Amino acid sequence: MTLKSDDVRSIAHLARLHIEEDALDHYVDDLSSILDLVDEMNRVDSSGVVPLANPLDASQRLRADEVTESDQRDKFQGNAPDVADGYYRVPRVIE
Amino acid sequence: MTQTVTEILRGLAQGEFSSHEITQDYLARIARHNPELNCFISVTEDIALKQARAADDRLAQGKAGLLTGVPLAHKDLFCTDGVRTSCASRILDKFIAPYDATVVERIREAGAVMLGKTNMDEFAMGSSNENSWYGNVANPWNTAHVPGGSSGGSAAAVAAGLVPAATGTDTGGSIRQPAALCGVTGIKPTYGRVSRYGMVAFASSLDQGGPFARSAADCALLLQAIAGFDGRDSTSSETAPDNYSAHLEQGIEGLKIGLPKEYFAEGLDSRLARVIETAIDELRRLGAEIREISLPNTSLSIPTYYVIAMAECSSNLSRMDGVRFGHRCEDPTDLEDLYKRSRGEGFGEEVKRRILIGTYALSAGYYDAYYLKAQQLRRMIKDDFQKAFDSVDLILGPTTPEVAFKIGAKTDDPVSMYLQDIYTISLNLAGLPGMSLPVGFVDGLPVGMQLIGNYFDEARLLQVAHRYQQVSEWHLQSPEGFA
Repeated sequence: MTLKSDDVRSIAHLARLHIEEDALDHYVDDLSSILDLVDEMNRVDSSGVVPLANPLDASQRLRADEVTESDQRDKFQGNAPDVADGYYRVPRVIE
Repeated sequence: MTQTVTEILRGLAQGEFSSHEITQDYLARIARHNPELNCFISVTEDIALKQARAADDRLAQGKAGLLTGVPLAHKDLFCTDGVRTSCASRILDKFIAPYDATVVERIREAGAVMLGKTNMDEFAMGSSNENSWYGNVANPWNTAHVPGGSSGGSAAAVAAGLVPAATGTDTGGSIRQPAALCGVTGIKPTYGRVSRYGMVAFASSLDQGGPFARSAADCALLLQAIAGFDGRDSTSSETAPDNYSAHLEQGIEGLKIGLPKEYFAEGLDSRLARVIETAIDELRRLGAEIREISLPNTSLSIPTYYVIAMAECSSNLSRMDGVRFGHRCEDPTDLEDLYKRSRGEGFGEEVKRRILIGTYALSAGYYDAYYLKAQQLRRMIKDDFQKAFDSVDLILGPTTPEVAFKIGAKTDDPVSMYLQDIYTISLNLAGLPGMSLPVGFVDGLPVGMQLIGNYFDEARLLQVAHRYQQVSEWHLQSPEGFA
């Protein structure tokens, strides 16, 4: 599986990940060789095998819909890069 | 300073030394050796000395718990309330966790003293500890070599006697592989045995926490402290943990041990194979029945693992967006620019590679070909193990195909790095417990032997490792300069 520069650009956009233009070729090579490794999966016919999502075949445990967390806004916002009046600040989204 | 946890507990109980004294000793050793090894991202001296004094008070009152007064360290991927939890990433360089992980909480409640947070591959992605924002870790057996990864700081710190024990996490071998490369003992429990709450997620269906120590007996104590149901982890198992220490002395006579022929095939360093075979002879002499088995889909485990791990990581790491916590780029022009540059600057190269592959594998039109296919192969790999456990009690093989390689030897070729995980990753896919223990040396570097158990059979793994350690001294060796 060989990717092109444009493929990597569009994957990087989907991942919201900035990749420097001069590093692009390097990622094209690395990702292509990883996909070659991954393509080895096709050596085996797995049609009809039920996909395994949880190694113990367990399903998500449910719990009662009760409040279990207390308000720790100040503590959590201590980690934020930019806050104001208890809100998280980001660049203007709506003009 | 090559004491085991068991010896420290005995010394504390008999009043030979106080927790404050040995905590100071370990802090002094960290100050002396860490500049060379780089095992620690943060050393929490003030917390350690305060906890040690409190431990001494409890010991004096006769209120000691399972680990009261024992100093140890946590991999810097477990959240620690009030202490930086970086995951060795620039993006979390200033992140102060607002709560304790369950593993951290349980170890603290058992009375242990936290010396600091250990170095690792960024977000646990790597097999050499070279992918850390804080620099690589050196292997104390030969500082030109890697300690393994991703929990390289924890393994190297135990090997060098900077801590008697440490926590780690294992998504594809990140406890067992560094344990093998550093000559220490480490166990990855069954998926769901140890709570993942507060353990920063890499691949949620594969991640599992566990301990590193100098012996199986110490690992039994530490696992006892952290194992068990936790309602805050939705995949935590409700199966009650065994009493791991109580089972240690049961012996291994008549135990049926299977050797997967695929684990002794091409790719395994023949010198390493000979070391493992000598250890197998020892187990046979101790009464185990050894037989050959087959795990036919072993070679598929690498592609299967990397699709699942990368897909899950691309999803888990999407929370690192520069908005609520973590690194934010300077002067973003709009929200998309903020996301892209914050993540681009915050993540290292290997993490970016995995996010990109994972994003691709999950993107429209490719999901069936990659993620779904990998989940089908995952079941086939699990079924191989279940079939094998119909005829054997335990599976044994090498932990790694070669001993610790030189720093820089594989950094230009991610695929050759991934192949290091050939014997360890299939357990994570199947969710099975495994451990690594030292069984000899090649070129002056430790060789690890891997034991693989059936679901929730950690007690048996520890029992076999303990029996072997009663008649061998590999686990008691210390690297020159760190005795």
